[in-house]
Amino acid sequence: MTELRGWREIPIGGMILEAGNSVEYKTGGWRAFRPVFGEAKCIHCMQCWLFCPDSSILVDPENEKMVGFDLEYCKGCGICASICPVNAKVIRKAGEELARDDPRLCIRMIEEGKFQE
Amino acid sequence: MSKFEALTGNAAVATAMRQINPDVVAAYPITPQTSTVQTFADFVADGLVDTEFVCVESEHSAMSACVGASAAGARVMTATAANGLALMWEILYIAASNRCPIVMSLVNRALSAPINIHCDHSDVMGIRDSGWLILFSENGQEAYDNLIQAVRIAEHPDVLLPVAICQDGFITSHALERVEIYDDADVRAFVGEYKPQWPLLDLEHPKTYGPLDFYDYYYEHKRQQVEAMEHAQRVILEVAEEFNRKFNRNYGLFEPYRLEDAEVAVIVANSTAGTARVVVDRLRDEGLKVGLLKPRVFRPFPAEELADALSHLKAVAVMDRSISFGAMDNAGPLFLELAAALALHGVQVPMADYVYGLGGRDILPHEIERVYRDALKVAETGRVERRVTYLSVRE
Ligand code: SF4
Ligand code: SF4
Repeated sequence: MTELRGWREIPIGGMILEAGNSVEYKTGGWRAFRPVFGEAKCIHCMQCWLFCPDSSILVDPENEKMVGFDLEYCKGCGICASICPVNAKVIRKAGEELARDDPRLCIRMIEEGKFQE
Repeated sequence: MSKFEALTGNAAVATAMRQINPDVVAAYPITPQTSTVQTFADFVADGLVDTEFVCVESEHSAMSACVGASAAGARVMTATAANGLALMWEILYIAASNRCPIVMSLVNRALSAPINIHCDHSDVMGIRDSGWLILFSENGQEAYDNLIQAVRIAEHPDVLLPVAICQDGFITSHALERVEIYDDADVRAFVGEYKPQWPLLDLEHPKTYGPLDFYDYYYEHKRQQVEAMEHAQRVILEVAEEFNRKFNRNYGLFEPYRLEDAEVAVIVANSTAGTARVVVDRLRDEGLKVGLLKPRVFRPFPAEELADALSHLKAVAVMDRSISFGAMDNAGPLFLELAAALALHGVQVPMADYVYGLGGRDILPHEIERVYRDALKVAETGRVERRVTYLSVRE
């Protein structure tokens, strides 16, 4: 956490006087659910990267492969899990609605508090 | 050279707006303000100003457009009354909090219901905690003078808050009076060019207005607004002094009349102060020591200065053109605030409140005289018989 400043030290009216600073605002703490890789293999289609509203899909620039989630910013919305075509395929194959933390999925959403490495 | 013209209060305000030549005016018509923006729209159509006139579909939109234009870096003005002001309410707070120096002509009118288009002060009293500066005007001349000064007050770097200039609906907004209109060039020189410090349209320095502000910083931004309000009183006086030097008209935080050696005084704002002045002269002719104090600046409230000015009195009668329903004794807001100011500054003077003129009910000299005679009795006995009187209401 950055140190909080006093009222004399900050711009008036809540103005933000520099651009491109949302990177300083770590929104990961808002998360109630956390995305993690499951058993199904990622095909690196980049759909999750495209749809993630928080630019929190990490991609290896060397080989352009999806490598995980930037948990400093990921708000746990689950859009990546719902857009992932591999997830869809697993669900279709199972012929049932899978719980979002089903280990068979490619991206599964786990309740934040219950998560264990 | 200045010249004298016969103008309604609204026409005087529109003339000030023409001379100020704001970048943007966004407004919606509402009685009794309409003729202001209607006249100003003529000026725009006739090419007398460079203003971008934004015709909006409501007052909520009018104030929203004003906030946007002000953030963009424009000098912005608007006008409204009563329910129009009420519809702006949400955005009034945003204008003040975003530190937009918008100047508004507010033509005081009763709030509905029942529907009424005539004068009282219930509209402005509803915005007294909104963060706007609020100044009263007795007549068209004062509305004109105050509007010109408001631009300088609002835009002062130590203030940067919106300002509402009040005058009484119909009583002064529609009455023809003699108004001294200063030279266009002098007014333009007085208001000067607006140099916004953080204009959104400065593309070299991109910035954000109105972002999310939680428990970690919201409070600090409110504290900054308090600071600006504290500076505002000094700035109002500085601007008044410069105005007096240039245009030879004297303005302060309030205007005392025959107050110095008075024993009792009436406190009343806007047009009724003019009527009260006549009553003071009449009673003075009888040898009665009566005076008058006409508030000009209501926000920021000059508590200490008012307490000083009234400390020698034996009785004070406040006249309120609105009711603060459910407040102490169902009194009016001016009385409540003044009573607190005097008490906290150690001025012990018996006080009574007279609510009057709601919904445009006429207030006549003999009624004001009754207020003075009551006050003289209080001065004699030291006892207030009735804390709040609803003057001229039929039983
Ligand atoms: S859960 Fe939402 S925020 Fe987090 S990585 Fe997935 S899409 Fe992005
Ligand atoms: S996680 Fe799913 S959506 Fe994202 S790249 Fe892999 S397969 Fe595509």
